[in-house]
Amino acid sequence: MSDAEQPKIVGASVARKEGRDKVTGRARYVDDMTLPGMLHGGTVRSSIARGKIKSIRFGPHINWNEYVVVTAKDIPGKNCIALILDDQPCLADGAVNHPEEPAVLLAHADRHKLWKAIDAVSIEYDELPAIETIRESEEQREIIWGTNNTFKTFLMEKGDVEAVWAGAAHVVEGEYFTGAQEQLYIENNGMIAAFDARDGLTVWGSLQCPYYVHKAMMKLFALPEEKVRVVQMETGGAFGGKEEYPSMLAGHAGLLAMKSGQPVKMIYDRMEDMAATTKRHPSRTRHRTAVSAEGKILGGEIDFAIDGGAYATLSSVVLSRGTIHAGGAYHWPSVRIRGKAMATNTPPHGAFRGFGAPQSLFAMERHMDHIARVVGLSPAEIRRRNFLQPGQTTTTQQKVSDEVNLGYLLDRALEISDYDAKRERFAAETFSSTKKRGMGMAAFLHGAGFTGSGERYLDSVAGVEGCADGTVRVLVSSTEFGQGTNTVLCQIAAETLHIPYESVVIAQPDTTAVPNSGPTVASRTVMVVGKLVHSAALGLKQTLVAAGLPGEAYTAEQFRAACGTFVAARGALKSYARYQAPPDVYWDDEKYRGEAYATYAWAVYIAEVTVDLPTYSVEINDFVALQEVGKVLNPILGEGQIVGGVAQAIGYALYEKVVWDHGRMRNNQMTNYIMPTSSDLPPIRVYFEEFGNPHGAYGAKGIGELPMDGPAPAIMNAVEDATGMRCNTIPLLPEDLFAAMKANREERLAEVTGTQGP
Amino acid sequence: MRSDPADYALVAPRNLQDAVALLSREPGAWLPIAGGTDVMVLYGAGKLAARKLVSIRHLRELRNIEEFPEQIIVGAGCTYTDLRRHATITHEFPMLASAASWTGGIANQNRGTLGGNIANASPAADSLPALLAYDAEMLLISVRGERRIAYGNFHLGYKKTAMAGDELIRAISLPRKFSGYFSFARKVGARKAQAIAKVSIAGLGRMTNGAIDDVRIALGSVAPIPLRLKKLEAALIGRNPQFLAPGDLGSLVTAEIQPIADIRSTEEYRATVAANLVAEFLRRLGEGADSA
Amino acid sequence: MDGAVSIAKCDVTFTVNDELRTVHVFPMARLLDVLRNELGLSGAKEGCGEGECGSCAVLMDGVLVNSCLVPVLQASDASIATIEGLAKDGQLHPVQQAFLACGGAQCGICTPGMILATVELLERIPAPTPDEICEGLSGNLCRCTGYMQIFKAVADAAQRIAPR
Repeated sequence: MSDAEQPKIVGASVARKEGRDKVTGRARYVDDMTLPGMLHGGTVRSSIARGKIKSIRFGPHINWNEYVVVTAKDIPGKNCIALILDDQPCLADGAVNHPEEPAVLLAHADRHKLWKAIDAVSIEYDELPAIETIRESEEQREIIWGTNNTFKTFLMEKGDVEAVWAGAAHVVEGEYFTGAQEQLYIENNGMIAAFDARDGLTVWGSLQCPYYVHKAMMKLFALPEEKVRVVQMETGGAFGGKEEYPSMLAGHAGLLAMKSGQPVKMIYDRMEDMAATTKRHPSRTRHRTAVSAEGKILGGEIDFAIDGGAYATLSSVVLSRGTIHAGGAYHWPSVRIRGKAMATNTPPHGAFRGFGAPQSLFAMERHMDHIARVVGLSPAEIRRRNFLQPGQTTTTQQKVSDEVNLGYLLDRALEISDYDAKRERFAAETFSSTKKRGMGMAAFLHGAGFTGSGERYLDSVAGVEGCADGTVRVLVSSTEFGQGTNTVLCQIAAETLHIPYESVVIAQPDTTAVPNSGPTVASRTVMVVGKLVHSAALGLKQTLVAAGLPGEAYTAEQFRAACGTFVAARGALKSYARYQAPPDVYWDDEKYRGEAYATYAWAVYIAEVTVDLPTYSVEINDFVALQEVGKVLNPILGEGQIVGGVAQAIGYALYEKVVWDHGRMRNNQMTNYIMPTSSDLPPIRVYFEEFGNPHGAYGAKGIGELPMDGPAPAIMNAVEDATGMRCNTIPLLPEDLFAAMKANREERLAEVTGTQGP
Repeated sequence: MRSDPADYALVAPRNLQDAVALLSREPGAWLPIAGGTDVMVLYGAGKLAARKLVSIRHLRELRNIEEFPEQIIVGAGCTYTDLRRHATITHEFPMLASAASWTGGIANQNRGTLGGNIANASPAADSLPALLAYDAEMLLISVRGERRIAYGNFHLGYKKTAMAGDELIRAISLPRKFSGYFSFARKVGARKAQAIAKVSIAGLGRMTNGAIDDVRIALGSVAPIPLRLKKLEAALIGRNPQFLAPGDLGSLVTAEIQPIADIRSTEEYRATVAANLVAEFLRRLGEGADSA
Repeated sequence: MDGAVSIAKCDVTFTVNDELRTVHVFPMARLLDVLRNELGLSGAKEGCGEGECGSCAVLMDGVLVNSCLVPVLQASDASIATIEGLAKDGQLHPVQQAFLACGGAQCGICTPGMILATVELLERIPAPTPDEICEGLSGNLCRCTGYMQIFKAVADAAQRIAPR
């Protein structure tokens, strides 16, 4: 590319498009909005995990005439939150399958009158035995869903797994567990709904996917497309936690609005949001790997299981991604990967940044260190010998077409983190110290965009509009919730059109005004939707050029004038682009084989930890995050994504434990569900490599979820390096490390003294 | 927000005299609220049993810090920020200053008060072990006048204090006799800031000719009330801490504490870490370290 | 039932962003709710309702407080500063400029509280060390940024206010 062709706006850290509103307090989140005559809604929820509803009683001392009351029988359409299997009721009807399941909705003009009323509704149950874990679900002592408690299974096979065991110098086994994790967006879920018999339903809310809500509301209210309108308000964090749940809340607010004839606002408080909404799926992964004497993986079996909660919701897709990523960044000549999503009587688990990959990659990266120890190689060397090379195939038999060079990334990460020198120093100081230090690594990949034929199925459309005053509007349903959607899509449009960034704006996502560019998930926004914006902008330019705009070197002023002229003469100036699948991307849904993702981002992360033995606490002193991401379209935003994701993953590894009590989250307050504060986080050092991507806008790959995959195993590998403790369950709280070290001591004491172990 | 403000009375008496007069008219009926960092949390969660509250935050009589040669008298209404900024407290009572710095974040330190921390009487409260170690005295006031009670006798059981239904804490008196002591304070929480203590220690000690001649070991979150390990303290007098066997020390510590399992931590973890903290305190005391 | 105390709304007067305001509210109404619902100042947010997240933080008599924990009666005669009052005549405060320049706001929900905490910190400590920045903001939780760009913004703001 010549100097004139080098992108100037894309690749620069231009100001956040809605930044000024955010720093002045003018940004409008759903709770900042009121409508005339607005009521406030609340939810009566199940107090048990599973059972039949015998009766619902509305207690004395409340003037129920003042309240709007909604139950399942008020639902005009189908009582479900339409998503994939449509098995999740909007309101419990005769039975409940998890604690906090919504059963009755109430509304009142005075927000403060709600909780007394909620407490005054008593539900009597015939309680049934409940399932709480993957293990109990598999054992099928109770059938709580379908015929065998299984939402979905996958089987992926490559090569000849039976043949690998005979020739293996080592057969290495391991079992790895990850816990639930709460997304903990600082803005709780919220929605406002208005219902009009003629115009239909309108909802405004904190959400990621306007068209998901739209589809679900059509079914719940039996309304046609044009009678449902969904508008996204400024959204205070989401991370997947507002991918599907907003449909439930929209349905609830909508039903109350329909019944009362007045707008209804429903805003969860923190306790309700944590107890009732989705969390990351807990998982269990079992590895059995055949390894040669030289440390090369010959083949193996991976069994990946996730806990989906009481209803199917998104579990099949989380399972899919987790299963596809289970083999990590390595070459497997032969492999059999089984995935299953099991039902339990807990609030359904859902999307959270990474979406199955953090779970299975945690196992893979812990397992690699285990293999290293068995074989007698270093963690770096075992990885080097097994890294995927260009031209080799992944576990789904996708040929790696990227110029990936994981060995180079590893070398660079080791150098930046001073890995070897530090380990030497730590080994020397370890005997006398009550503080043990260690280093740990993780090498991994993350497929960007929807899996397999998913993007084809989404059939996304993006638009670009030239306005009379020369402003250009980007028209997408992709939402901003901090990650930079607004900014980057405007950068792309501005760059493509050769106009200033300041003259591009982005329309508020409103299903009556923007096309369906697909959900804002799966690290697809910049890569897939950005490319559509680019195409649509090209189309707009072509239209203007055909109408007289000078071909190549027009000025911003000329562009503005051309828009004005066109709109005056011909009306609206809009250009749309529809997704076109890359010709070399094929996916077989039957055999679960082929090009799982159009592109992968690659990374090597390295953690340095100090374990304080007297208190069993783990502190991270340094963290290096190196990733190859195609192209960084906005350096400050890109760095912000990585640092933020690493911080969440540090929480995943060491702090964020959901304490379950018969399927209910007991620690549903910020005081007791611990996310890291600024004092707990190390400086997180971020480095990018950019090898380009033919499938992404300006060469970008998706990066939103990538940083969630690596930190947890890197940290646990470092903890093992420091203490020798092989902990394979996260989160690892000090209490857990204490218990593990105590059990380990007792075991060894028993060995030595020949007595019974713990 | 799960409470209805329409259900709660809040009055703000003009002065301390009016405040205690109100309490004496209806003993136990009015809950004092100072900075609100405990009361308002319960209120927001819909769990505040009291319906009548008396605001004492503005009472200037409660916010003085008076220095005398032998004691310093800290008004109960002093905030954690007030404590952190006071030169005598940071120099002579460093464990109280550090406890104040460990409580919540800056915003909660600006509102939370020493009196509130004491009256709320959570066994995990940050300032309580330091007050025990420093031989604090409580100055309680009512219409009947003022009385003093040694802080060691103030807590009677879980969230139960020696205060009468019509009393307020007016001030906390601290004897100025610890300048030559080694002090050691640690808080172990779920994270480094904004955390409720799982275990905490405030230790004070003095050695003469290689032997301990005074030692105070106060622990939080290991019993229904903050406590001093009196038996261990007695056993340490005249000893050199460097010659204590770790195993012996551990069992001496666990013999005097009753940690529980709760939503934050486990019994065994608390017991083990408590013993480790005591061991570290004594080790540093024996090494003649500067205050930690 | 409690004794014969009738709970009535009362007039509470205080200054908000240099403007004297009187509200007619229950004395135990939370300052956060009064700011948002009576005065239309929705910059302060409710993230947790228990003083843990700091997104409701405002300055009361120059001092950082969590407004979800302040009964409005205790704000009588106080001088309150919210995010809405920071920019003057359309000119952003240096802290706001720094947050924009350094990527200190992502989803923005913690931002008003975070900015006010920064303003208060820099008034106390004009040239804070990294540790002092960390401590000054430790009561404001951010789930998006991992804090690093926020800290850069604070250091940048310190430079803008008092260049060295």
